[in-house]
Amino acid sequence: MNGKLVQSIREAIALSGLKSGMSISFHHHLRNGDYTLNRVMNEIAAMGIRELTLNASSIFDTHAPLEEHIRNHVVTKINTNYMSAALGHRISEGLMDAPVDFRTHGGRPRDIALGNTPIDVAFIAAPTADCAGNCSGKYGPSACGSLGYAFPDAMYAKKVIVITDNLVPYPMKGWSIPEIYVDYVVEVDAIGNPAGIVSGTTRITRDPVGLIMAETAVKVIQHSGLLQDGFSFQTGAGGASLAAASFLKDVMLRDGIRGSFASGGITGYLVDMLSAGCFESLMDVQCFDLKAVESIRTNPAHQEISAMQYASPAAASAVVDKLDVVILGATEVDTDFNVNVHTDSSGMIMGGSGGHSDTAAGAKLAMIIAPLFRARLPIVTDHVSCISTPGRDIDVLVTQRGVAVNPKNQELMLRLKDAGLPVIPIDELKTMAECITGKPNKPVRSGRTVANVIYRDGTLMDTIQSV
Amino acid sequence: MSKIIRRATAGTLESSDVFVTLEPHDSGVEIELDSVVRNQFGPAILKAVEEVLAECGVNSAKVIVVDRGALDCVIRARVETAVERGKGE
Amino acid sequence: MRRSMLFLPGNTPNIIQNAEILGADAVILDLEDAVAPTEKDSARILVRNAMRYMGFGRCEVIVRINSIDTDFWRKDLDAIIPQRPSLIMPPKTATAEDVKTVDAYISELEEKLGMEKNAVGLIPLIETALGVENAFKIASASKRVKAIFLGGEDLTADLHCKRTKEGNEISYARARMVCAARAAGVEVYDTPFTDVNDDEGIYTDAEYAKSLGFTGKSAISPRHVKAINEVFSPSMKDIDYAYEVMEAIRIGKEQGKGAVALRGKMIDAPIVARAQQTIEMAVELGLGREA
Repeated sequence: MNGKLVQSIREAIALSGLKSGMSISFHHHLRNGDYTLNRVMNEIAAMGIRELTLNASSIFDTHAPLEEHIRNHVVTKINTNYMSAALGHRISEGLMDAPVDFRTHGGRPRDIALGNTPIDVAFIAAPTADCAGNCSGKYGPSACGSLGYAFPDAMYAKKVIVITDNLVPYPMKGWSIPEIYVDYVVEVDAIGNPAGIVSGTTRITRDPVGLIMAETAVKVIQHSGLLQDGFSFQTGAGGASLAAASFLKDVMLRDGIRGSFASGGITGYLVDMLSAGCFESLMDVQCFDLKAVESIRTNPAHQEISAMQYASPAAASAVVDKLDVVILGATEVDTDFNVNVHTDSSGMIMGGSGGHSDTAAGAKLAMIIAPLFRARLPIVTDHVSCISTPGRDIDVLVTQRGVAVNPKNQELMLRLKDAGLPVIPIDELKTMAECITGKPNKPVRSGRTVANVIYRDGTLMDTIQSV
Repeated sequence: MSKIIRRATAGTLESSDVFVTLEPHDSGVEIELDSVVRNQFGPAILKAVEEVLAECGVNSAKVIVVDRGALDCVIRARVETAVERGKGE
Repeated sequence: MRRSMLFLPGNTPNIIQNAEILGADAVILDLEDAVAPTEKDSARILVRNAMRYMGFGRCEVIVRINSIDTDFWRKDLDAIIPQRPSLIMPPKTATAEDVKTVDAYISELEEKLGMEKNAVGLIPLIETALGVENAFKIASASKRVKAIFLGGEDLTADLHCKRTKEGNEISYARARMVCAARAAGVEVYDTPFTDVNDDEGIYTDAEYAKSLGFTGKSAISPRHVKAINEVFSPSMKDIDYAYEVMEAIRIGKEQGKGAVALRGKMIDAPIVARAQQTIEMAVELGLGREA
């Protein structure tokens, strides 16, 4: 029997040699159901280790207890790709001395691989593992499907601790991350709450505005010239994006178009498209619902990819660069097509790029779907509160009252106009929205820098100020 | 001149709506504003509330506005409804 | 052009502020059944403000007021008439007298407000057995009546039968409504299809209504608007034929012919009128051609 299997998280931490000032990492495949990050942080705090750099691929509301660890200087620096409002608002209020470094899903593995953000100890929650650390997200009571974001941590961290609630005899079948990277394995009662890990089903929106935007989005794709055999596609899990996927499926089946692949976060809608023959393959960095988890477990055409293969600019090649069309969301878009997905209109942190800038940079057609205004807030502004994805990478904005094409893409502009789509200059969309909502006061950016937005190539894209 | 003689409410807490509560008040108009778009539209909302009260001839009332991003004409409609419900004959 | 009419609850800002983008040719802002009795005042003021300040674009605005056996209908009209709605829909219209009652009050308001006379039209909602039997009298009760509208839900209750998807129970009422409307020279609109989740059934139901002669159809869900618009739009074949008719008439006139035939069939005035209507719709839908 090898010596990897240890009795407790605390023992694994001790054996890993973790000390104050070091760097630790987590993946976010268990999303809002994750128990592991909080449990590990509590152990670390109890052991008196302080001043750590936390490198987590995403931070969700369930990780709100991090606030205490930050106040107590257990964590003094955060690197992440996404931070939801619970901790985000505290960061915006100035909770931390050092600014949070936001990266993208492709930029994070790039900087880990290049040694810019070295990891001393990676904690990998694994829905199934054996005693040598072979592990996977496809099986077990806490199954989450793909473990894509955990690969760079496993491959590059100095020490790797796998934490599982489903320990199986060696060698486990169908592992994703092999034992060669793993130093310690811990069995716990539960790594997460399955109800929060994946949704039972993700549903398309019933909101008529969302459905109208989705219909328009599909028309844009149809007339872009890209929808032909070999088509590749990515979309988020938002209501309107899912509706677009569902309408796109109808068009592809009707016109007999056989696409190549769909990528990114995978939902049941993309699984349906795969089974219906719309695509040859799914390239899955993360599963969003039970149907996706079931599919990645059983269908060889549904393939797990690492964060590097998904989006890293340091990789020899990546999936995002082969995308034809990506549908993305936005909290704000400015008249230069710059997109904000990090903060709300008041400048409070409530999100992050995730794969937004990676796919926008890679895809031939990067489309933003957003309503002209949410409640009373216009989506199109003169200047976004924070530039998450630069306007040069965005081709078109689809709203319920018109489609704005980035003037850099004249070909698309002509195609959409010829197709009779309601193409409107983006500043007219802004005026239209403000006619309805009134002109909003723009909060002035003052305060000190609480976060850096680092583009996928490592350059500083923008900063976020305290509110 | 209209006097608010009883507590009255109008509107809902749904998105794009506003929930307005009016209460009798001894002197002047006092407005409490809670809005998801306070940073962007706070002054505009207060102005709409004040204008409707003036149009309705109400010069003393306590107004509690819980706004979920309602458009200006919605805010005006809800305040007017609350006045109608709360004023004396 | 009024193929589809979409009912929208009158007290829901979120829905009203997006009315114009839902694809319907007309929206019916509802102060009646979609509004609880305790919220009649707030819906009335909200709809009034929406009409005053919000744009509805190319979408026609119709307001369904409360019925004349309530205390609300006069107040509804007091608030709405100054906003110049295109049509007022009085519900539960059963007799010509009902129409005249509403007509008289609107006239009173128009005069008081110094508005143009008869600017506001009526589209009585007929939803009782008595109303159906009186359909022609209702349709011809006032110059204001531009159309009549069949309400199938309340009607079936009044008929002591169950409303079904197939709608056999209202087939008499539908046919009678169309006949009455055409006899009175007004338009006629069909009851909504109520299964919001049945995306196929709406086509069948709309096609049936069109085959009976209805001008258009109402919807209670935006999901049904597209189907209704498709069904009630002229087909390319209809449009081609309409242009052929007009062309034949033009040539006939040039040649000084009294009677013109097309494809071996005489073209009479109603055929020409239909052709003109079809071309007007085609132009509005961007399917028109140069003359």
